[in-house]
Amino acid sequence: MEMDNTTFGLTMLICGMGGTILTLWIMSLVMTALGRLFPEKAEPKKES
Amino acid sequence: MLEVILNGLGGLVAGFQALAMDWRSVVMLIVGGILLYLGIKKDCEPLLLVPIGFGCILVNVPLTDLMAKDGFLRVIYDAGVDTELFPLLIFIGIGAMTDFGPVLANPSTFLLGAAGQFGIFLTLLMALFFGFTKLEAVSIGIIGACDGPTAIYVTSKYAPHLLGAVSVAAYSYMALVPVIQPPIMRALTTKDERETIMKYSARPVSKTTKMLFPLVITILGGLIAPKGLPLLGSIMLGNLMRESGVVSRLTKASENEIANVVTLFLGLCIGATMSGAAFLRPQTLIILALGFMAICLDTACGILFAKGMRVLSGGKINPLIGAAGISAFPMAARVVQREGIKYNKKSYLIMHAMGANAGGQIGSVIAAAVMLSVLAGMGIIS
Repeated sequence: MEMDNTTFGLTMLICGMGGTILTLWIMSLVMTALGRLFPEKAEPKKES
Repeated sequence: MLEVILNGLGGLVAGFQALAMDWRSVVMLIVGGILLYLGIKKDCEPLLLVPIGFGCILVNVPLTDLMAKDGFLRVIYDAGVDTELFPLLIFIGIGAMTDFGPVLANPSTFLLGAAGQFGIFLTLLMALFFGFTKLEAVSIGIIGACDGPTAIYVTSKYAPHLLGAVSVAAYSYMALVPVIQPPIMRALTTKDERETIMKYSARPVSKTTKMLFPLVITILGGLIAPKGLPLLGSIMLGNLMRESGVVSRLTKASENEIANVVTLFLGLCIGATMSGAAFLRPQTLIILALGFMAICLDTACGILFAKGMRVLSGGKINPLIGAAGISAFPMAARVVQREGIKYNKKSYLIMHAMGANAGGQIGSVIAAAVMLSVLAGMGIIS
């Protein structure tokens, strides 16, 4: 499909930037979930 | 006999004659010298500017044919740039060097890494306005990723004739981040905003999370933007090797020997694309100007996005950290820390800025990956 430069540029802006924000937002949610699923376990205190 | 001797001697001065007849080669020899000066005397990205500058000098010495078929620079170029291998090998090293701990500890800073990519798409629009073709505009826009290997990967694939100008712009502006960003940061924020102290409570991140992160991001990113998987996969491979801790020899080789060798060859190849005929054109100046705009827009959009987050958080966010949402790691984070402490001696923004900056590193790769997949979806690339 042949398209003019304005259509192309605006499509790239909307899909590209929207896609980037959406992807990074999903990734941030996944990272939050990972942090909750696998929390850092506190090291057991050594008995003196 | 005399004629043969004169002809033989003529061969020794042919280079001087050719140079005298081509002013562009003379100018490019000077440009190569300036790049070497910036790298050596001004310590401006020397690891890249020294090989780029020397490559530029090599390719502009007349009659050498270093970039002709089977020329030594052409062999390296075909092997590593034409195949997109060099930027990917560098990415493995970057992944091996980067600690994504700060962004894992505070995943919301990831979004600042997205805002810092606005410049890519706005610059793409401007490049189209200046008459560049669609794929040329994509390659120019990618300067806004502030990420040399990504810019080289995309440009070598879709607009190889612009590789020299795009690479030089990308690396030069990355080195100039400490000069470019502060005035924009000051212009877009109020004194009250700049003085905001952000509390940092280091949330510990488990080793399991750190190891799962590269795997999950690779699979998820690959599913969303398959065209960018080579970029994302190589940076995440390096990071998995780092976090697993079981292949320290490979990790060290990736961040040292492999990265160093590839940086040398990549720099030479970029310099080799800077022949006078290809580089000294009005469009090079436009590309340099658009690249500058791209980084300014990234910074501005990052700060404006952080201002939005400040409103939503009830004033807890210092919008200066938005400027760190670009890929220039860790330089942008340091700039934010330096600016923040200028206005409030008790303000330590470095960890927040490191999170945004690590987000910017992933963000630039994701933006390129998304861009390529959208282009494929539109049928512009196969």
